[in-house]
Amino acid sequence: MDVLVCIKRVPDTGGAITLTDDGMGVDSRLLGHTVSPHEEAAVELAVQTAKATGGSATVLTVGTDDSIEQLRNAVALGCTSPVLVEVEPDRLGPADVAGMIADVVRRHEERGTSYGLVLLGNDAADTGDFQVGVRLAYELGRPVVTGVSRFEVDGEEVTARVESTDGTDVYRLPAPAVLTVMEGGVEPRYPSVPGRMKAKKAVVETVEPTHEPVGNGRVRLKLPPAPPTRVEILGEGASAAPAVVDLLEKLGVAR
Amino acid sequence: MSTRTALVLLEPTGGALSEVSAESLTFARHAAAEVHALVVGADASTLAEEAGRLGATVVHGAAATSGDAFSAYAPAAWAAAVVAAVEASGATLVLAAGTPRGNEVLAHVACRLGVAMAANVVQVDGDDGGSMVVSRQVLGGTALEEMRLTDRVALLTVAGHACEIEPAAAPAAAEVRPLDVALDPRDLVVRVVETVAGEPDASGALKSAKVVVGAGRGVGSADGFKEITDLADLLGGAVGVSRVVTSLGWRPHHEQVGQTGSRISPDVYIPCGISGAIQHWAGCSSAKTILAINTDAEAPMVTKAHYAVIGDLHEVVPAINEELRRRRG
Ligand SMILES: Cc1cc2nc3c(=O)[nH]c(=O)nc-3n(C[C@H](O)[C@H](O)[C@H](O)COP(=O)(O)OP(=O)(O)OC[C@H]3O[C@@H](n4cnc5c(N)ncnc54)[C@H](O)[C@@H]3O)c2cc1C
Ligand SMILES: Nc1ncnc2c1ncn2[C@@H]1O[C@H](COP(=O)(O)O)[C@@H](O)[C@H]1O
Repeated sequence: MDVLVCIKRVPDTGGAITLTDDGMGVDSRLLGHTVSPHEEAAVELAVQTAKATGGSATVLTVGTDDSIEQLRNAVALGCTSPVLVEVEPDRLGPADVAGMIADVVRRHEERGTSYGLVLLGNDAADTGDFQVGVRLAYELGRPVVTGVSRFEVDGEEVTARVESTDGTDVYRLPAPAVLTVMEGGVEPRYPSVPGRMKAKKAVVETVEPTHEPVGNGRVRLKLPPAPPTRVEILGEGASAAPAVVDLLEKLGVAR
Repeated sequence: MSTRTALVLLEPTGGALSEVSAESLTFARHAAAEVHALVVGADASTLAEEAGRLGATVVHGAAATSGDAFSAYAPAAWAAAVVAAVEASGATLVLAAGTPRGNEVLAHVACRLGVAMAANVVQVDGDDGGSMVVSRQVLGGTALEEMRLTDRVALLTVAGHACEIEPAAAPAAAEVRPLDVALDPRDLVVRVVETVAGEPDASGALKSAKVVVGAGRGVGSADGFKEITDLADLLGGAVGVSRVVTSLGWRPHHEQVGQTGSRISPDVYIPCGISGAIQHWAGCSSAKTILAINTDAEAPMVTKAHYAVIGDLHEVVPAINEELRRRRG
């Protein structure tokens, strides 16, 4: 089965976040970039599915040409034929992104590649709209399950598992389908040396966006005020134990 | 004051209103003049009193015109019920809890109505009846986005703990109205066919624990958790870990705390060997008291904590365990 996996380049914000002067985005000039852990899991599942079914795992992103870094990382992990829909993504909304992905799916179908599954993350690490996957499914008229941590493919039938507070919900649906992936079901692999070599040489298919974006309604971003440092140091090393237990008793949690 | 009618999709658990649904109803009351609720796949009449206490005047109970289509969760069918309830109530604002199902169903509704949806909203900043500006969590909750919703129906999911649950000033049992929903067979293609009971101690215990002992890269290996789990046991609490710990396979993913793990709000959180990256902080910042144990006095987890011990967790944690056991005699 041929699989398409969609990833989004986001700033790797481990520490403090700074906004751009106009407040419309994150100042990422000094930051590295990454993709969401959900998308890392989606890439892993795409690669595993392609291998198990004798198909391919194509990786796609909608963004500027900086995103080629994330596409190449996915190729190093086993994806092939990276696709970049080249557009400034800041003003795009989830409906725009879904429409652009759908156009690529249709175009590839005309060329003879039909994706049995399109995988996305459950939510993007930055904008967290929780909807591109569902919108894509409606664009393509395909069934969709969100928050999938694992799935199996048997011919044209997909069995998808979603972890919930009650246990694991099982869905059985026909391909072609759209799944959005939640991290936790698989452990993403590390790139191999041959994988990295392949990634360097991979030719990126660049696609022009097809429609005028409707946008995302963003007025501005704002940061909650940083909490003032209030920490009280109870001590250093093992000798702090009595002070710690005093505190736990005071808080009523050491019975 | 808003003149909107709001429709709130309830997510009952075991026949009762869940906390997140109670929050959504309270939130809706602040954002609208009148609040209706919708129940799918459960008995609306058993929820009417509680929903009424939280300000709903009408509870729509969805029933499929053919068969028992709502007996198992089917996101598209639930969305069809929401669309039917929007028509029946004339609502111009639809809310659901920012849970996996709340976000999923409203995303379907957004597609069916051809409108925008705002996920994880924490507050309404302004509303002139046609255009509404909301603040919603982005970047894993470390920043807010002000977003303008201008469609004929505004859709939003409410972030957890966005508001305190508050009964209405003049509570009265809500009127129950049956709602017939005509479903297309395609609405039932994606449907839960089976629910496999989870491990008894999956993330539920972590999310409800009064004490959580956190463990990060500083633990050093999968074998280094004995003292951590002992401390959690001594305090009657649960273990929560950083993503480094789950991605190295030291502990299962259901123990992960953070943006892509669980959000916890214990009375006391004791992160050991966790640096406090914002994605981790997103999951633990609502702990009432944080006591960090770290070798690095400058680690963000230490500077953001209420209390800290500077030192090697492999020395500090056993000493705490010993002191706890000694005082218990
Ligand atoms: C989109 C996205 C989503 C993410 N989601 C999550 C998430 O949900 N949860 C999450 O946790 N992370 C998440 N991350 C990862 C996050 O950015 C950090 O990489 C991760 O939290 C770091 O884990 P850590 O604190 O265990 O490790 P490190 O950052 O390596 O910190 C280790 C800490 O241990 C201390 N230490 C070392 N040895 C000892 C010792 N012997 N005794 C005491 N202290 C010691 C060090 O001083 C340091 O502070 C996400 C990242 C991205 C990009
Ligand atoms: N610009 C983009 N390019 C490719 N995929 C995207 C893009 N934006 C979102 N996605 C995919 O859609 C998922 C959900 O995003 P969202 O609905 O924005 O939270 C992400 O995890 C990605 O897999």
